[in-house]
Amino acid sequence: MAESGGSGGQWAILSILVENRPGILFKVTHLFRSRNFNIDSISVGVTEDPDVSRMTITTYGDERQVAQVVKQLDKMIDTIEVRHLDEHKTVYRELVLFKIRLGSAKDSMEINKLAGAYGAKVHDARKDSIMVELAAAPDQVRAFEELAAPFGITETARTGIAALQRSGS
Amino acid sequence: MSRLDDGAGKMIGAEALMRALRKEGTRQVFGLPGGANLPMYDELYKSDIRHILVRHEQSAAHMADGFGRVSRKPGVCFATSGPGATNVLTGIATAQADSAPMVAVTGQVPVSMIGRDAFQESDIIGMANPVVKYAFQPRSAAEIPGAVRKGFYIAETGRPGPVLLDIPKDVQQNEAEMEFPDEFKIRGYHPWTDPDIASVEKALGMILSSQRPIILAGGGTIISMAFSELQAVAEALMMPVVTTFKGKGSFPENHPLSLGPIGMHGHAEANRLMTEADCVLAVGTRFSDRSVGTFEEFEKRLKIIHMDVDPAEIGKNQRTSVAVVGDVRASLRVMVKMLASRAARGDGGEWLGHVREVKRYWKENLKIHPGEMSAARILRKLRSALPPEAVVTTEVGQHQMWASLFYDVIQPGTFFSSTGLGTMGWGFPAAIGAKVARPGVPVVDIAGDGSFNMTENSLATSVLEDIPVIVFLVNNFTLGMVAQWQRTFYDRRMIGVDQKHCPDYVKLARSYGAQGLRAQSLDELGAAVKEALSSEVATVIDIPIDPEEDVLPFVAPGTPLKDMILPS
Ligand SMILES: Cc1ncc(C[n+]2csc(CCOP(=O)(O)OP(=O)(O)O)c2C)c(N)n1
Repeated sequence: MAESGGSGGQWAILSILVENRPGILFKVTHLFRSRNFNIDSISVGVTEDPDVSRMTITTYGDERQVAQVVKQLDKMIDTIEVRHLDEHKTVYRELVLFKIRLGSAKDSMEINKLAGAYGAKVHDARKDSIMVELAAAPDQVRAFEELAAPFGITETARTGIAALQRSGS
Repeated sequence: MSRLDDGAGKMIGAEALMRALRKEGTRQVFGLPGGANLPMYDELYKSDIRHILVRHEQSAAHMADGFGRVSRKPGVCFATSGPGATNVLTGIATAQADSAPMVAVTGQVPVSMIGRDAFQESDIIGMANPVVKYAFQPRSAAEIPGAVRKGFYIAETGRPGPVLLDIPKDVQQNEAEMEFPDEFKIRGYHPWTDPDIASVEKALGMILSSQRPIILAGGGTIISMAFSELQAVAEALMMPVVTTFKGKGSFPENHPLSLGPIGMHGHAEANRLMTEADCVLAVGTRFSDRSVGTFEEFEKRLKIIHMDVDPAEIGKNQRTSVAVVGDVRASLRVMVKMLASRAARGDGGEWLGHVREVKRYWKENLKIHPGEMSAARILRKLRSALPPEAVVTTEVGQHQMWASLFYDVIQPGTFFSSTGLGTMGWGFPAAIGAKVARPGVPVVDIAGDGSFNMTENSLATSVLEDIPVIVFLVNNFTLGMVAQWQRTFYDRRMIGVDQKHCPDYVKLARSYGAQGLRAQSLDELGAAVKEALSSEVATVIDIPIDPEEDVLPFVAPGTPLKDMILPS
């Protein structure tokens, strides 16, 4: 997640169960566009029920705007359930692949150390670059990114945030 | 009807379509054929469903829309793929903006050709998605009956709207074992909620403790036919009633508590009293900018009770004090019951006295345009010449707003207009659809010359299909509403508005085999309407008026209702 998207607003993570049919992703993203909302991150995948997909969408807005987008999503016939996730009761994860530049053997050691500290995996280690796979909560991802930035991040790929509310909440 | 008896069996998709439509009660479709829907038309030929041929698919959609608004059952229109389908888009968007039930059926290129830019292929599902309540594209013949059943259900329940069925040609032609299930499940659609008794109770308490309560009735009141409930609540609480333009005629406009529509071209007394109220019971409205102007001005001290069937409307345009989600008729009915067990509010006290005073003042003091054929005079003449049950549609422009100002709706639910999208050309085909739904009553399109031009070829449909309606053509020889804005906001730099007396509408009507009359005095007008009412064919009454007449009062966009521009 980025730092902030405007004033008076907040980040909201929406968890949406939809019919698993072609065209639904288009309709959901179209709704965001037509209601003047931005999607910061999105992840989509089929659930335990093969007829149902879960979309996890991160967006930004004030309370009234977020409530309105939730209602509009709820109104869509293809959505089965729409939840505005409560940050404190939810497990969030994002998987990110970073390609990082290596200036020296020392850099390589430090990146390996950093990866170890964040529980990240290292792939494709070469003389001048390394790929790191990190699956972590958004703030952890952000912290890792900041620490890796001085080495030079040359490429990034993110899955978008996946989130599930804890049981009993 | 031998082939179209109910029951499953092996048949082609197009036959299943007719059977399913028939099961939904469809007696006629408005449409125009082409290559991609020929299999449907061939089955239509064999069925007892009436086909009403249009001269442009946009009109087919407007006819289905007019039929749907009046009958509250989805009207059905047919169009071919590609340009046929894109031609119905405006009609679909119009129905969506005004929550009108409709099922549009388009042909599509065969499944194997989809996505290959085939001849007359258009991604109508993609184009229509933002302006439909739902869209289906069955990919196998066996899916058709279910899609029709669900389509009708979605179109007519909850907040109604248009549904698109886009059927590839091979899906129409393929044979399958068909079933016509009554039961089905749509996991993400729950249109009915029980009336929320606790919120109604709270709302009632709020009204009873306020000093200057008012009812704002929107289009939802008409869609749910909550006429008697609305009247019962207004009378029991002695609350004056304003409406939105779309809600016009949800409450009899000759009733002592009626103040008429608010808004950009609302009645002066309605706009004035709306801004003085301290509590508003808003029923089935989305607080559109055209209705409420800049509302923030007084919303702070105004308590707003919002009843609506669509939870997404609550808080969309307006902060609310109490939200009552549910069918507005059911919610009002609960309120009526609660009121029955309470002492009546009496005479409405000081507030109602003030309301009467303001109403009387404007009745006596609102200036109308000079001349015998002013808008006010011709529309009042029309009102007095028509029976209360006559159905009126309008086009879009000054004449529409004059109809709102000067044509009083007496029987609720007899006035329809393209209020949300503001589609010129809607009124005439919609009147034809309305006449099909209610053949026993006169149906009149209050038209402007510019709007009538857009769909005037529906005269052919009206004449040939024997659906006689009346076009009350308020002819100012210009695109008058635009001309008024150019006069008011652009220092009279008039461009693109002069219609230059072309065509001659009397001759035009006659060339289609319709009756063409011209009325240049109120007496001639009275006689013309009388003749039209007894005519067996459509009648166009051309009524020349002063091209410079403005619609007043006028609340300029972005200004509060209290800052009305009044006639000088
Ligand atoms: C399809 C469409 N195009 C353009 C407009 C913009 N528009 C609104 S009112 C109007 C003029 C309508 O002229 P007419 O039907 O003659 O009615 P009048 O205002 O003269 O009564 C125009 C062009 C519109 N509402 N719809």
